Amino acid sequence: MSLVLTEEQEILQRTARELVQSRSPVKRLRALRDDKDGDGFSRALWQEMAQLGWLGIVVPEQYGGAGMGWRDLMVVLEECGRNLVPEPITGTLVLGATAVLLGGTEAQKQAILPGVAAGERFLALAYQEPTSRYDHLRIEARAERAGAGWKLTGDKRHVLDGQVADTFVVSARTGGAPGDATGITCFLVHRDAPGVTVERQWRVDARGAATLRLDGVTVSAEAVLGGEGQGGALLERTLDRGTIALCAEMLGAMTACFEMTLDYLKTRKQFGVPIGSFQALKHRAARCFVETELARSIVMAAHEALDAGAEDAQVARLAGIAKARCTEGFLLIANEGVQMHGGIGMTDEHDVGLYLKRARTAEMQFGDAAFHRDRVARVDGY
Amino acid sequence: MSDLEAFREETRRWLDANAPAGVRTPLRSADEVCWGGRKGRYPDDVKRWLALMAERGWTAPTWPRAYGGGGLTKEQAKILGEEMGRSKLRPPLTGFGLEMIGPLILQVGTEEQKREHIPRIVRGEIRWCQGYSEPGAGSDLAGLQTRAVRDGDDYVLNGQKVWTSYGDKSDWMFILVRTDTTTKHAGITFLLMDMDVPGVSVQPIKLISGASPFCETFLTDVRVPRRNVVGEENGGWNIAKMLLRFERNMIADVFKEREDKSRLLTMARRYLPAGEGGRVGDPILRDRITQVEIDQACLDLTLARSRDRLKAGQPPGAETSIFKLYGTELNQRRRELMVQIAGPQGLGWEGPGYAPEELGLVRDWLRSRGNTIEGGTSEIQLNIIAKQVLGLPD
Repeated sequence: MSLVLTEEQEILQRTARELVQSRSPVKRLRALRDDKDGDGFSRALWQEMAQLGWLGIVVPEQYGGAGMGWRDLMVVLEECGRNLVPEPITGTLVLGATAVLLGGTEAQKQAILPGVAAGERFLALAYQEPTSRYDHLRIEARAERAGAGWKLTGDKRHVLDGQVADTFVVSARTGGAPGDATGITCFLVHRDAPGVTVERQWRVDARGAATLRLDGVTVSAEAVLGGEGQGGALLERTLDRGTIALCAEMLGAMTACFEMTLDYLKTRKQFGVPIGSFQALKHRAARCFVETELARSIVMAAHEALDAGAEDAQVARLAGIAKARCTEGFLLIANEGVQMHGGIGMTDEHDVGLYLKRARTAEMQFGDAAFHRDRVARVDGY
Repeated sequence: MSDLEAFREETRRWLDANAPAGVRTPLRSADEVCWGGRKGRYPDDVKRWLALMAERGWTAPTWPRAYGGGGLTKEQAKILGEEMGRSKLRPPLTGFGLEMIGPLILQVGTEEQKREHIPRIVRGEIRWCQGYSEPGAGSDLAGLQTRAVRDGDDYVLNGQKVWTSYGDKSDWMFILVRTDTTTKHAGITFLLMDMDVPGVSVQPIKLISGASPFCETFLTDVRVPRRNVVGEENGGWNIAKMLLRFERNMIADVFKEREDKSRLLTMARRYLPAGEGGRVGDPILRDRITQVEIDQACLDLTLARSRDRLKAGQPPGAETSIFKLYGTELNQRRRELMVQIAGPQGLGWEGPGYAPEELGLVRDWLRSRGNTIEGGTSEIQLNIIAKQVLGLPD
């Protein structure tokens, strides 16, 4: 194991940075928000990402992907995170394609993954409900047998990138009660199936999310993903990968937010001197820097563990450590960013506020810091 | 068989045949560490081990043979370390001679200084201490006032040093003195001083944690020959900065090698109520344990990342600037949490009602408060990060 980028990854990083900087300045997110854009991203940029191979980075070559590693995905996501790029990589690749890769049959993989890598399909993982909070087991959505297939009823929320998804991975109870570790099954559900209602949610960070209502939606037996009753474990493995990938994005965002603030400290003058010459601000800036360095180490180690095929408990542990650290680091840096920018930092016109909003949504995506610390403790047996 | 494999074979055989029984067990306390020196009293096996290893130069494996070192390549030294680790052998010698002043003399010392001092460091004959801080010169080290005035072939020293670690057990001191009072940084000289001469008086300092290795050193008309200047007269500040870097690295290393990985949890099991399903019953202290362990994992990974950079042939990254700051603060949090987990049993100072390790918790907690003061305070570390890494203006 090595916690430095390879030469190839450095090249990938440069390419990604150039594309993100030239095609996706932070103000693009603000414009998409203000225009109430239904997609919430640019389909043209999505196609460029597909052509660069980003959308199939962790998809094996036999399914049309690039067959690269999580470390490579980390490099891309970190750069996307720097500019709060809103393209639906999380829903489609990080969660959707991962769930299919981990739980899908050969036929399901063949049917779905090439379209993901080509940028032609959009996926989303619908696992949260109004009262489930961070517990993927505490769900009420039901699937009942209907002939050879199933009939699904339920109310899903906070479905990341669900506003454009053509196919949803949906969790539902085929047994047990909310909170039980067993009795959950995942299904592949098409957006245009009768009884499916999708509505865009407008969250504080302006990133795409949706509600998904299932009113007696019938699906075939082939729609089961990962086996009947196997959904709990499949979700857990998928969400751990999603958490680790989110941390790469958070690392990029906190680093960029910190750099923006640092730049302001060097240029903004009060009392005739740059405000960055004041020790009260210097020391706090130095503490923010410490957070970025610690976060970088754990984010790299977690992605590396995925590439090395680490066992589930180890992945869960690293995901927990990474999410707890990145959450606290990003929130500190975003809060300090607004404070150190002073009045201008409170205006909608300045980018720093968008980072603060993103820090808050990222905090609660896949569980907050306390939730993940508790998971680490459980994995470690206390 | 490659040369290195042959070396490993031969080293293993020699260590198996020669390491005395008394150095094959883990250290039980800091008192058992061999620092060498004229004043040290060590068990026979420890003395024999030192003599045997020193004869081969393996107390300082990579130092040149010409000065008594082992003359090993880096690869060979790594193998020696691995083989010693494999057999769980104690290091034969440690201290400021090997870690700090020896490397410095080898780097910038005169030929005469190398011949005089290096072999004696390798053999552990001389124990060294560091004379930097003064009552009026702590974080502002360059404000030091201990005077050295030229008198023939000697300097005559007058002044006071403080926080001299193990000053009472050491034989020689490397010391910063003022040779020019008209300027600050450019008036400092770096000297090697024999402490066994008239005019040197050493007093131990008692800390909030009790007895300590720290001393005050009083210098009254102490004569030091001019040949003992390292570098140039008035050029001592740059030499001192070189050494401070060694010291900060040493401190970071100390926190990397923390005693027992699961000690917090072991303590939690002992002192806190058991919860459901075998969990630690106090959810708030449990969360604080996880916070400390998570932060430790991130620090350890950052140290690993730093080493990986060096291995990959890259220069040290900005991450190295956080080690002293973060490592010391984390150690404080860990020590504080241990006392909190022990609860009332974490309050003992001495006497009955407390197990020895409980008394140790209290002393270690109090001592850890000094970690963010010694070797450059946390505030100085933050200044260094702000200026040198972040480029914030003065």
